[in-house]
Amino acid sequence: MKSEPSYLPKLSQYQLQATPNAYRPLEEIFQCHVWNLDTITLPMLNGWYMHDNQPLTHLDNGVIYGSLRAAAKQHPDIVQQCHNAFSKTEKDELTILNESQYTDGIFLYVPDGVKVASPFQIISIVNTQDNLLVQNRHVIFLGKGAEMSLIQCDDSVRYGNTFLNIVTEVFMSEQSQMHYYKTENKEPESQLFNHLFVHQQGHTHFHSNTVTFNAGYIRNNIVVNLSEPFADAELYGLYLVDKSQRCDNFLKVHHIATDCTSKQLYKGIMDDEAVAGFHGHVVVHPDAQRTAAFQTNRNILLTDKAKVNTTPFLEIYADDVQCSHGATVGQLDDEALFYLRSRGISERNARKLLMFAFANDIVNYVEISALQERLGDMVQRRLNGELTICDQCMLSDADHRDFVFPIDPSKI
Amino acid sequence: MLKIENLHVSIKGREILKGVDLQVNAGEVHAIMGPNGTGKSTLASVIAGKEGYEVTEGRIYYKGRDLLSLSIEDRAREGIFIGFQYPVEIPGVSIANFMRTALNEIREYRGLDPLNGAQFLRLMNEKQKVVELTDKLSNRSVNEGFSGGETKRNEIFQMAMLEPTLSILDETDSGLDIDALRIVANGVNHLKTKDNATIVITHYQRLLDYIVPDVVHVLFDGKIVKTGTKELALELEKRGYDWIKEEYESAK
Repeated sequence: MKSEPSYLPKLSQYQLQATPNAYRPLEEIFQCHVWNLDTITLPMLNGWYMHDNQPLTHLDNGVIYGSLRAAAKQHPDIVQQCHNAFSKTEKDELTILNESQYTDGIFLYVPDGVKVASPFQIISIVNTQDNLLVQNRHVIFLGKGAEMSLIQCDDSVRYGNTFLNIVTEVFMSEQSQMHYYKTENKEPESQLFNHLFVHQQGHTHFHSNTVTFNAGYIRNNIVVNLSEPFADAELYGLYLVDKSQRCDNFLKVHHIATDCTSKQLYKGIMDDEAVAGFHGHVVVHPDAQRTAAFQTNRNILLTDKAKVNTTPFLEIYADDVQCSHGATVGQLDDEALFYLRSRGISERNARKLLMFAFANDIVNYVEISALQERLGDMVQRRLNGELTICDQCMLSDADHRDFVFPIDPSKI
Repeated sequence: MLKIENLHVSIKGREILKGVDLQVNAGEVHAIMGPNGTGKSTLASVIAGKEGYEVTEGRIYYKGRDLLSLSIEDRAREGIFIGFQYPVEIPGVSIANFMRTALNEIREYRGLDPLNGAQFLRLMNEKQKVVELTDKLSNRSVNEGFSGGETKRNEIFQMAMLEPTLSILDETDSGLDIDALRIVANGVNHLKTKDNATIVITHYQRLLDYIVPDVVHVLFDGKIVKTGTKELALELEKRGYDWIKEEYESAK
């Protein structure tokens, strides 16, 4: 067995001790109850990739997935190409902290020309009553013309103070396509920081859709580099926050090459004293002629105390560009409310119908129909105040169960 | 069924209706005509319960009850339907979902069990035929990107679904070509029974060729200044509204 490359952070005694144990079969615990959704599941518990002594899986078509640490040993050439390569352009304190301290993460490799039919699904669950710091590093590599979808679910099931600091680096070779769906449903005591760095070569298409149902404090940073001509990025997001929850989305899209396109569409509903933020930033570099970049952020505030900070921001250094940005903050449309009520619908239900329509607009961009349907259903229940955590998930009644995961950290 | 007594209505302090009296009985079709800006749509809006309309004087009784004390949704649940002149677009809410929510809330109000999915779809298919609507349209968002004809057919489709006791159709003929007009009018006629009543608000006589009224009223300067039979509508078509104006001015 090769040794770990030196750039991987050394695991501390604390981190090793914090590794979880399980007695139930993994596939049972991480079974996702989205009907008709077949995924390749990548289970993570308290920041560790859960596997039955098989840290890396090699499929016949050349696809590799599993633990990043294991991949760094077995496929150092691929990992080194992406690891820390793109995050360094927009480095902040938390990314640096992650770089020096992360335990493990997911490695995903799709070789040239391979189109993976089933989506990958990272189910990341925090299940602890203790205070816990989780730092993960995910590295995703798409070869030329490769295609894949990734669903990433962040859930928490126990009440502990948790801090998650996750960095994901995506490298897209030319003509590759990636759909990235992220659902976040977290305890009020949790802090979740996501940093997604996407590096796109020519003629690539990246699509992300981030749906936040519940947050303690969540911050989603997305940095996209459109580095070669005809790369396209579409970033969608929905945040539904209430009580004292907070959710911030920071997006930065660099148009570095000519003829690239990007779109940002984020929507949010804030209730009670919740606070949300949208900071969309598009930088059109001097040589990026014929750029088309669009930014929209729409918000509904349901109370006087709810708050949203929105800053759509364009920074343009090229002259032949087509860009637009806009933000709205408002209440529900009175005319529409009246129309619905004039057909016998109560004010309460009329409001719910309108809020659902507003929010589900984002979900409609999800291209996996089973997931779209399920997310729509979750949005509906969230707006009805019925959704706390993904309640079809095996872990939803985890309060009544004890999960003990026996894994041996030395084998990671 | 509907009795309006000396109704005065203001919008932002400006008096629009200045003492309207009207009685509509079950089985009747009334037409309210008149030049633009005389308060026809205001009358419909007040009956619907729209905000911003202040009733300064007078009463509206519906089935013997004080209509103005009812909420917007309760008026609909009691069987009042307004076909709007400019129905609002509601992106993201499908007509099917909208109608199912409305119908089941009305049924609940009346102590009936909600319709299940299959029953609802059957009803919707049946009622779509009344206004020659396609399935495609019912899956679209309410009024979003509809043509003028489609919005009005959608209004009549909703009327067919909700089976109101009193329907008020506000300028339903505006923006319609002759085919759409025929479809809409056929829909309205098809829904007519001896137990319900319809008020057609219109500027032109054209719609009344298809929906034949029992009574025609002329609303002018916030009052009903003339009431007659369907021949009155024909006369208005021929002579315009100027003679009404002159009669009214000289009577003052």
